[in-house]
Amino acid sequence: MFTSAGKGPVAVDFVDLHRHFGNVRALDGLTLAIEPGELVCLLGPSGCGKTTALRILAGLDHPTSGEVRVAGKDVTRVPANRRDMGMVFQAYSLFPHLTAIDNVAFGLKLRGIASGVRRKRAGEMLELVGLSEHADRYPHQLSGGQQQRVALARALAFQPSVLLLDEPLSALDAKVRVQLRDEIRRVQLEVGTTTLFVTHDQEEALAISDRVGVMNAGRLEQVAPPAELYSAPSSQFVAEFVGLTNRVPAVVRDGTAAVLGRQLPALAGSVNGDGLALIRPEAISVVPDEQGPATVVDMSFRGPVTQVRCELHRADGGEPIDMVVQMASAAAQKLTIGGRVQVDIDSAAVLVVPV
Amino acid sequence: MKRWLRWLVLLVFAVYFFGPLLSMLDFSTKTGTGGRSGAAWKALVTNHEVLGAIGQSLLLCVTTVVLMLVILLPTMIWVRLRLPRLKRLIEFLCLLPLTIPALVIVVGINGVYAWVNYFFGYSPVVLTFAYVVLVLPYAYRALDSSLSALDVTTLAEAARSLGAGWLTVITRVVMPNLGAGILSAAFISVALVLGEFTFASLLNYQTLPVVIDLFGKRDAHVSVAAALGSILFASALLLLLSLAGTRSRGRKGA
Repeated sequence: MFTSAGKGPVAVDFVDLHRHFGNVRALDGLTLAIEPGELVCLLGPSGCGKTTALRILAGLDHPTSGEVRVAGKDVTRVPANRRDMGMVFQAYSLFPHLTAIDNVAFGLKLRGIASGVRRKRAGEMLELVGLSEHADRYPHQLSGGQQQRVALARALAFQPSVLLLDEPLSALDAKVRVQLRDEIRRVQLEVGTTTLFVTHDQEEALAISDRVGVMNAGRLEQVAPPAELYSAPSSQFVAEFVGLTNRVPAVVRDGTAAVLGRQLPALAGSVNGDGLALIRPEAISVVPDEQGPATVVDMSFRGPVTQVRCELHRADGGEPIDMVVQMASAAAQKLTIGGRVQVDIDSAAVLVVPV
Repeated sequence: MKRWLRWLVLLVFAVYFFGPLLSMLDFSTKTGTGGRSGAAWKALVTNHEVLGAIGQSLLLCVTTVVLMLVILLPTMIWVRLRLPRLKRLIEFLCLLPLTIPALVIVVGINGVYAWVNYFFGYSPVVLTFAYVVLVLPYAYRALDSSLSALDVTTLAEAARSLGAGWLTVITRVVMPNLGAGILSAAFISVALVLGEFTFASLLNYQTLPVVIDLFGKRDAHVSVAAALGSILFASALLLLLSLAGTRSRGRKGA
């Protein structure tokens, strides 16, 4: 009932977008194709250009060069108010003088929808975000999480062709953030609107996206489904930005990396010869062993898992290497701080970067 | 603080504020022989000169507030939304009248007013043009603080993404949220216009303060009655506006 009936989800394309602010290149050749109905997250550190990309798609900023296409049509020069895009902002953006339901109905009113129809649809949207009973409240009577829900309902009420979310959760506290994150995904799947989500929180990005685009210095480093991004990062930046990563010495020969006595396939983009393999904490396991190459330095209990810090001693007697291991708490109980351990790596493939 | 000390402070201020007002009331109802009479107050509401001046001053208040809002409000919103670089310049221009003594402005404006009278006729209402300049610094401050309390940029972007053009953004999104600022800008303008003497007197317009002064020379009792009357009127207006302000907030809070 809430789908963009008649219009259907649309594709969005960024084509070689550049945006320069003086000498700063906020976007430096961004090209990205978003499938109809897909939720794509742009993830990156602050200043990487992700928000600029979103604002350009919204029409609130303009590229220095390049093109934005929606449903195949070039919209680069179309003003923001004619782009038909719903947007949720990082800052609370509800109109303070309107009630929740009037906020939601605002976009419909501008489109000349009759008052009765308008109220009905706004009511349905509030129901969709679970705020029916707060319809007649003013924004200052709502909590931060509720305000962002109303903002989401407002952005979707007029059935926009694209939904834009600009760090909508970063002003909220941790618990509400997780709740609303899942809520956003549920609503997005229900309405099926093509969505661009911008965040600096990797957990958020991995949890709700169809695909995640990791950005760095105005460029897209990698676009991939969350699991692929995590297990097969294409660059050191991606590997280290998304999740914790250990750097373990490795040698690559003919596409195979020798790491701690194991032979693992090296991912595309790996160096040849000596390098450092980037390995996730949960891909390493340790067992007590008097003859093992590593020593347990510290353990921190996290409930189902325990984080174990080890020092890996080098064969040549150089500085030991710090490793963070995440393992089941039951197995970790057999370890003692200061005890020697054997290290095993359980990774399908690894990325090996230059030393 | 001790309880009695609080009451003492309150008492001192009450005497300081109401003493002169009560004295004015006392004087305006005294007759030369020591009796009481409401003649001065009666004259106030029957004397054509005074009545005319009251009417003119009230009209001036309305025109000044309207013209000030029409010029200042869209300008300030537009500068904030689209031309933030000009904010300093606009602020400087608006505060400028504060730094120039009224007397200097009058001397300078005198020649201009010959033309103003030529085009608009000889009526105190033409003082509106001068008064709008006069109230600029105060109105600017009031509007600026209420604009600053609002995240205008985000609200405007939200409205635009929902399909609103710039005019809609200004009239339907920004302005409705500036109620308190508009109200206080309007009030301070009214207060200034009701009290302004220099411009009106030197440019020879019969506004309320000028007529009060004239009567002061002719009939002190009527003059004091008129002065007290205009003070009471301004206070009543303030009370009314602040009541309206709390009521509109109360409605939102309900």
